[in-house]
Amino acid sequence: MSRYRAMFETLSNRNEGALGAFLMLGDPDLHTSARLLDEAVEAGADMIEVGIPFSDPVADGPVIQAAARRALVAGVRVGDCFGLIAALRARHSDVPIGILTYANIVVARAGFIRDAAEAGADSLLIADVPALEAEPYVREVEQAGIEPVLIAAPNTPNLTLRRIASLSKAYTYCVSRSGITGTHEGGQFNRGLIERLEASGAPAPIFGFGISRPEHVRSALEAGARGVICGSAIVDRASRHGSVSEVVGLLKTATFNDKGGTTRGRND
Amino acid sequence: MRLTGRFGRYGGCYVPEILVPPLEQLEAAFLDAQEDEAFGAELTGLLANYAGRPTPLTRCRNLPGNVYLKREDLLHGGAHKTNQVLAQGLLARRMGKTRLIAETGAGQHGVATAMAGALLGFQTVIYMGAEDVERQKLNVFRMKLMGAEVVAVESGGRTLKDAINEALRDWSASFETTHYLLGTAAGPHPFPTMVREFQRVIGREARSQIIEQIGRLPDVVVACVGGGSNAIGLFADFLDDDVRLIGVEAAGKGLDGKQQGATLLRGRRGILHGAETYVLQDDEGQIEDTWSVSAGLDYPAVGPEHAHLKDIGRAEYVGATDAEALASFKLLAESEGILCAFESAHAVAHALKIADAEPERAVLVGLSGRGDKDVGQAQALFA
Repeated sequence: MSRYRAMFETLSNRNEGALGAFLMLGDPDLHTSARLLDEAVEAGADMIEVGIPFSDPVADGPVIQAAARRALVAGVRVGDCFGLIAALRARHSDVPIGILTYANIVVARAGFIRDAAEAGADSLLIADVPALEAEPYVREVEQAGIEPVLIAAPNTPNLTLRRIASLSKAYTYCVSRSGITGTHEGGQFNRGLIERLEASGAPAPIFGFGISRPEHVRSALEAGARGVICGSAIVDRASRHGSVSEVVGLLKTATFNDKGGTTRGRND
Repeated sequence: MRLTGRFGRYGGCYVPEILVPPLEQLEAAFLDAQEDEAFGAELTGLLANYAGRPTPLTRCRNLPGNVYLKREDLLHGGAHKTNQVLAQGLLARRMGKTRLIAETGAGQHGVATAMAGALLGFQTVIYMGAEDVERQKLNVFRMKLMGAEVVAVESGGRTLKDAINEALRDWSASFETTHYLLGTAAGPHPFPTMVREFQRVIGREARSQIIEQIGRLPDVVVACVGGGSNAIGLFADFLDDDVRLIGVEAAGKGLDGKQQGATLLRGRRGILHGAETYVLQDDEGQIEDTWSVSAGLDYPAVGPEHAHLKDIGRAEYVGATDAEALASFKLLAESEGILCAFESAHAVAHALKIADAEPERAVLVGLSGRGDKDVGQAQALFA
């Protein structure tokens, strides 16, 4: 069973949504980045999403752009990023690790996808490869034994959602109205998209944009999401305070659906 | 999408999923408009009576050889950009959009978009790298005079590619009301095809003008290539002819160094700004900062159709250095009384090399823009 499936099953039994913590690999340097990844897992993140820095990240807002810039200025290379993933995998054998990056990074390195799988990543999302262009990548990702993740947006037509359903595996990365990370009013989630995704048979919907506070997590889960990924708020916290334990812990508590609080998560 | 958007293996539509529906809407509007006589008539009317088409074909009287200049510098707005901004402006109106956004390098496309915005009644926002804002102050003021807001982009190398990144980010959140008026025959489908079709008028006119003037086709057609819209517009109607097509890239301070913008000569296959094409990048796929004395050629990718034409050998691509372009800029001014844009001077530089080696050849050069915007910089460089 894939780590994502195992995670969703466990969380479902505990009546919790999944909290994904996003961090940019190598931001601000390799040593700090490794520590921040551990902190995120130990503070309760159910899945870790890692960015491999790209010089021209068009789907990202200022916070993630700046993080990628810091990593590149520090001289971080793709091989270093795989090293960080491998080390995280060695320390935490069960946590799903997903890579988020851009097409040019993937095509520039022969064997990128195989190397990602060998490092211990579970999924790959390429921000500028929509369903229309995804097929060759999906094939290669599956051959390497990891899972492709595609993005669905509120304006994505049903025909494309069905294509996404047939192509993507681990989860479906849902975006809300504004298309750039970290830039819009948080907490507004499109129930219509979740319903359409369910009807299309797509993998578990996870909201990836607009999550910075516990109430955003709750409203995303109320809208029917199986989980959330928090990026800009965590990266921003890391860059200003050098630690993410507090923000990850706070967001994780908002994923508990049970009002009585009888079966809490592992960080209770 | 109704078309594949591919030129051989190049092109495609590599954008975040949220931008696919607006690009599909644009493709549909473009294809429908191509079939719509009223659209064609309005565009032709604007090109003739507002922009000043057809532009002349001028034989150089004093330079050696047989060099003919297709005078897009005489178009309203001062460059070929006007052709396609009017067309895209009409398309934006057809789609019911109320706001235009655009990126600009040298400022020519920003000026052209501001012009279309003023003429057709759009709110207009121009993204421009902060470095370029500095280099092209006069064009920034021109845009503002025509009612556009100019946003100086501080990220990355603060040039054209960073302005495109920022315009794409704006569009991801604003596409319901906003048309992204991309300035060149690059980017995601349908832009490379659509912009080529809107610039095709350059080559169509030039082809019939040169036949009228010399009774035959030219031997060589030369144009500068940044994103590649003026070149593809000039080449398009010659593709099936027995005519050499040569694109001239910015060799900057020399092709062997980093300070150049010769994507087809020094880049390799990659994916940037929505298309698979040649890209100037490091060994890990990070996009490199480019250099050219002309802001309009200072771009690390290139239109995907040029990538294809290079690979199949239908067009040749060469470089002209800053120094060669500046010398040609000066020579054209002194000998013909024409101040051309630094971008166009790259094409002139290569045309003069051909005229020198093979003076009997008829060489058609795309003079894509006028040099008024570059006069201040020229004054400093020639001092």
